[in-house]
Amino acid sequence: MTPLTPMDANETLLRMENVNIVFSSPDEADIEAVRQVDFTLTRGKTLALVGESGCGKSVTARAILRLLDKNARIDHGRILFSADGGEPTDIAALGSDSKAMRSIRGNRISMIFQEPMSSLSPVHTIGDQIDEMIMLHDDVEQKSARERTVELLDQVGIPGPRQRADSYPFQLSGGLRQRAMIAMALACKPDLLIADEPTTALDVTTQAQILDLLRALQAEYGMAMLFITHDLGVVAEIADEVAVMYLGDVVEQGNVFDVFRAPQHPYTRALMSSIPRMTRRAQRERLNPIQGNVPSPRNRPEGCAFTTRCPHAFAPCSSVHPGRTPAGEGHWARCHLLTHEDAPRVEGILQPGVPAIEGDRA
Amino acid sequence: MLSFLFRRLIAMVLTIWAVSFVAFAIIQLPPGDYLTSYMASLSAAGDRINPETIAALRERYGLDDPYVIQYFKWIGGIVQGDFGESFEWKAPVTDLIWGRLGNSILLEGLAILVMWLVALPIGIYAAVRKYSLGDYLATIGGFIGLAIPNFLFALVLMYLWYVYFGQTLGGLFSPDLEGSPWNLERILDFLAHAWAPVLVLATAGTAQLIRVMRANLLDELTKPYVVTARSKGLPEWRAILKYPVRVALNPLVSTIGWLLPTLVSSSVVVSVVMNLPTAGPLLLKSLTTQDMYLAGAIIMLLGILTVIGTLISDLILAWIDPRIRYGGR
Repeated sequence: MTPLTPMDANETLLRMENVNIVFSSPDEADIEAVRQVDFTLTRGKTLALVGESGCGKSVTARAILRLLDKNARIDHGRILFSADGGEPTDIAALGSDSKAMRSIRGNRISMIFQEPMSSLSPVHTIGDQIDEMIMLHDDVEQKSARERTVELLDQVGIPGPRQRADSYPFQLSGGLRQRAMIAMALACKPDLLIADEPTTALDVTTQAQILDLLRALQAEYGMAMLFITHDLGVVAEIADEVAVMYLGDVVEQGNVFDVFRAPQHPYTRALMSSIPRMTRRAQRERLNPIQGNVPSPRNRPEGCAFTTRCPHAFAPCSSVHPGRTPAGEGHWARCHLLTHEDAPRVEGILQPGVPAIEGDRA
Repeated sequence: MLSFLFRRLIAMVLTIWAVSFVAFAIIQLPPGDYLTSYMASLSAAGDRINPETIAALRERYGLDDPYVIQYFKWIGGIVQGDFGESFEWKAPVTDLIWGRLGNSILLEGLAILVMWLVALPIGIYAAVRKYSLGDYLATIGGFIGLAIPNFLFALVLMYLWYVYFGQTLGGLFSPDLEGSPWNLERILDFLAHAWAPVLVLATAGTAQLIRVMRANLLDELTKPYVVTARSKGLPEWRAILKYPVRVALNPLVSTIGWLLPTLVSSSVVVSVVMNLPTAGPLLLKSLTTQDMYLAGAIIMLLGILTVIGTLISDLILAWIDPRIRYGGR
């Protein structure tokens, strides 16, 4: 076994290194749904994984728990996870139903999903479903597990938790169901909570409440959070860091303030300018959507995936996959504009030979 | 729950009453009655019939009364536990049917048990390991089981058994134990005879059940709550058995109600072939000879069995599925 690189003891919790995920089908060529994902999750911090539908963000999140469908596999790359700051485990190398993986799942890393109605079993009470999680990982009796369940339900703001524990999911409102889901995910005090679009199926007021709740619980439990969303408003509200995905690549990652203030990748810039702004009539501008459609992963350019829609594409873009290029403290992007001397000049991007000006686009 | 039960019981009584009315109408439908077919068979045999005797019999059985009066005489007797008298056997219907109906229920009950015990694990396996060798084998075996007619399977089985073991398969009891009370010896004797009809009766049902279980479970396996169960850290099989299998069973449970009557009517031919003392052949015979009280009683009891079975499956369904228990009225 190759020695794994030790991780910064109190900082890094999980590091994805060069992970790709391949879907195979008996009739067609393999599809590389996720091409090259690198990111790190830090204790107590939230990383938002942003991108449009089908860009591979949910698949990436599921890969961390090894919950991919049978036809998907992690082809190469490492997912290094270190719960107690010691020797990290490579999750990508574990068997998906192995004991080691199962003791991480739910216990050290847990997950909440988009649709709490369909993600909870319709024929078991929420109390049963949470008790099960506790009894699975902690060696306790049903009775004390239920005590903990009631405590958790109370903590996530469910009124009358003792009675509610005996309710079935269909007897609760959408917001309460998602709270119950969160209570379940927190049952074993995980180090990492993966939230896969947890507010998408909820109405806006409930959304805000759930985000507040997640933030408060994160502060209390000191866990890291991987928050998957396509909503940049939600990112601004909850994330410390953001990673932007496009068609299986992480194209840009950094501190949420840096990325929002001075996005370096043309895709991130396009995303930002396609957010409608509330302004007075005289100052209104036409919304600036991204041209074209996302190509299917089958037709993805060999080089940068965004080439077909990028307004600044030039010679190397379609054939050479751009490397990670630093664009500030802990901020980097994969774009040839950042490295090539002969690239077209684009305002606001840190290009070689152009003096850096602090962008004041925002 | 109690009011649910109460309402269901009232509906049950009404349904049974309707069944009795229709059953009586159906057995009255063919032209003529038992006496016309009785006379036909007598004159075919060359016997002379005294018209006065016939008239007396008509009078006695009330065969010339209007339909409604005949019906109320009949149903009035049933309420008091008197199902009337069989013309054919010259004996009270109650004496004839209980033993045979009991045999039917016992045999079909065993067949249902075998069906479920065999089909559910295979169906679950076939769904979880979809398109594996085991799944294909289950599918092929299932379709063969579905395609072979029961009576043919029974004949082949009896033939092979005779050729290789020199014994005849058939009947449910050894002749010397036919009328003895239930004891250990009789139970063992019954089991030694019953395995063959149970096997034959269960085959087609098993095949069907495998297909239904597989299809139901395939629908459930892709639901998000299964991913949740895995994400908790449950071992794969435990997650599958506790969550999707549980939900996939619901549609099957709701079919318990009509399993029994379906099996009774579909087993008529098998019973004739294997010489089984069950209700099926008795029903067939009584219908051909227009033995109306006997046929009526059997049809009536099958109806009651269906209604009771449906009630039981509804209760089980309400018990295992909270969506039904707490669902809208």
